[in-house]
Amino acid sequence: MSMLGSYLTLAAVLFCVGLFGVLTKRNAIIVLLSIELMLNAVNLNLVAFSKYGAQPSLAGQIFSLFSMTVAAAEAAVGIAVLIALYRRKATVNVDEYDELGR
Amino acid sequence: MDWNIDFTGEFFAFFLLAVCAIAGAVLAINFTKVVHTALSLAFTFVSLAGLYILLQAEFVAFVQVLLYVGAVTILMIFGIMMTKHQSEGREPGRPLLETLAAIGCLCLFGILFYAIRSASFPAPEAALPEDNVASIGMLLYSAYAIPFELVSVLLTVAFIGAVALAKREEEQP
Repeated sequence: MSMLGSYLTLAAVLFCVGLFGVLTKRNAIIVLLSIELMLNAVNLNLVAFSKYGAQPSLAGQIFSLFSMTVAAAEAAVGIAVLIALYRRKATVNVDEYDELGR
Repeated sequence: MDWNIDFTGEFFAFFLLAVCAIAGAVLAINFTKVVHTALSLAFTFVSLAGLYILLQAEFVAFVQVLLYVGAVTILMIFGIMMTKHQSEGREPGRPLLETLAAIGCLCLFGILFYAIRSASFPAPEAALPEDNVASIGMLLYSAYAIPFELVSVLLTVAFIGAVALAKREEEQP
């Protein structure tokens, strides 16, 4: 297995761990953190392909910079929504955020 | 079994950092206290920054430390401080849901791993330029100027939106 395969496997492991956290955890903050972990795994793929891909270029690194920026915006808005919800329901348990389903 | 791995110094550095990253992620999922989870994920983010340096992406590594370890983790810790977590670790477990999620994640990983193993990647044709940071700066302000400006607009919108969402609502007279 080449180095590229090793990096892609590591990214797959991190993505699956993050997916497991999103699916099973009940604390909304841990769910947000797991989403950040999944985004990081994808960034690792982009940077690995920018060095070991067929045509190495900086486009992968620039894409990963943009996705990091979007992830930071997502985290800020996510925490703001979480705090607004907490003020209303006094809990961070995602099972109790079910107004839309009722 | 032939794993077809050449044991160079780069591979050892990759192996160490990968073990750190996976250990941080798995521990983060296993911890019961939320603060421990956040700190463990910060460790994972630092390991990923090390991997970016191995991949000759120094600027991305720097931004990773600045943005993820410095901003996102601290933001999450602020979120933890402003909410109550007294019932943590005392909820009853959900073995059926956790088993199903674990099986699904393992299946996804199996498919990905099989695809990675069976794909043939052509060898890189050229090497990356030496002065990455200067080249990234040139590209950001020439070829990627419009996405760059759009991202700055997005950040401003997210900033204003976060302030507006988290602001305490005024009492109606």
